[in-house]
Amino acid sequence: MKIILNNRPEEFGMDEMTVSEMLNIKRFTYRMRIVRINGKLIKRDEYNKTVIRDGDDVQMLYLMSGG
Amino acid sequence: MKFNKIKDHLASYTVGIAGAGGLGSNCAVALARSGIGQLVIADYDIVESNNLNRQYYFTDQVGMKKTEALKENLYRVNPAVRVDIHDIKLTRENIPDIFRACDIIVEAFDSSVMKEMIAETVLGEWPDKPIILGSGLAGYGKTNKLKERVIGSTIIICGDEESETGDDLPSMAPRVGIVANMQANAVIEILMKKKDHEDNT
Repeated sequence: MKIILNNRPEEFGMDEMTVSEMLNIKRFTYRMRIVRINGKLIKRDEYNKTVIRDGDDVQMLYLMSGG
Repeated sequence: MKFNKIKDHLASYTVGIAGAGGLGSNCAVALARSGIGQLVIADYDIVESNNLNRQYYFTDQVGMKKTEALKENLYRVNPAVRVDIHDIKLTRENIPDIFRACDIIVEAFDSSVMKEMIAETVLGEWPDKPIILGSGLAGYGKTNKLKERVIGSTIIICGDEESETGDDLPSMAPRVGIVANMQANAVIEILMKKKDHEDNT
């Protein structure tokens, strides 16, 4: 599957994956984040059941302490 | 455009500031100087002496509630700005009521847990209300790493998106101040675009 991840094309071996699976594959380490798929906010408790499909536009931003 | 014209336009808007620490206090001062009409500021903390390394407070304000101290400082900068303060810990439950009237919300927390909480709450409650986040500003130097990233049309993230505050990487006045002013700058840019839009319709 091909998706757009943070404005860049990315290819993954499977046909679809959950948000949790993508976080594992990409080894995204910061614990606090915002995930949007095609502009829709995906809340933390929805990561395990929300599926990313071919062609999706995925935006992820990390929120790190400091202020 | 002359500054007075810009100031007159900004006077008709309300900006919410979630947190009155390093980001919130410095961002609020920049917005007050620019002539924003109303600021809605929420924080439950008290000014401590170790905040003075980066936050817009003074030694004689140690022990005061941050919201009260910031309101005092903002009035000294610009008595025309209306400052609506909430001495409260922001939660998913109270954010909608406190910031409902705001045209834009500035996320100005220190803790990443709180940053995620307000981003989720605001984006869930009002998908079209602009939110300006600060993420990645600890330490010193690396000025060129600090940047603004726009996501969709309503989420703006200011910072380097990599420098997390820790025991060996404190938040310090210059980088916090830069990011706080980037957030204020983003607010003004969004509000001035509304003027261009109004002038052209």
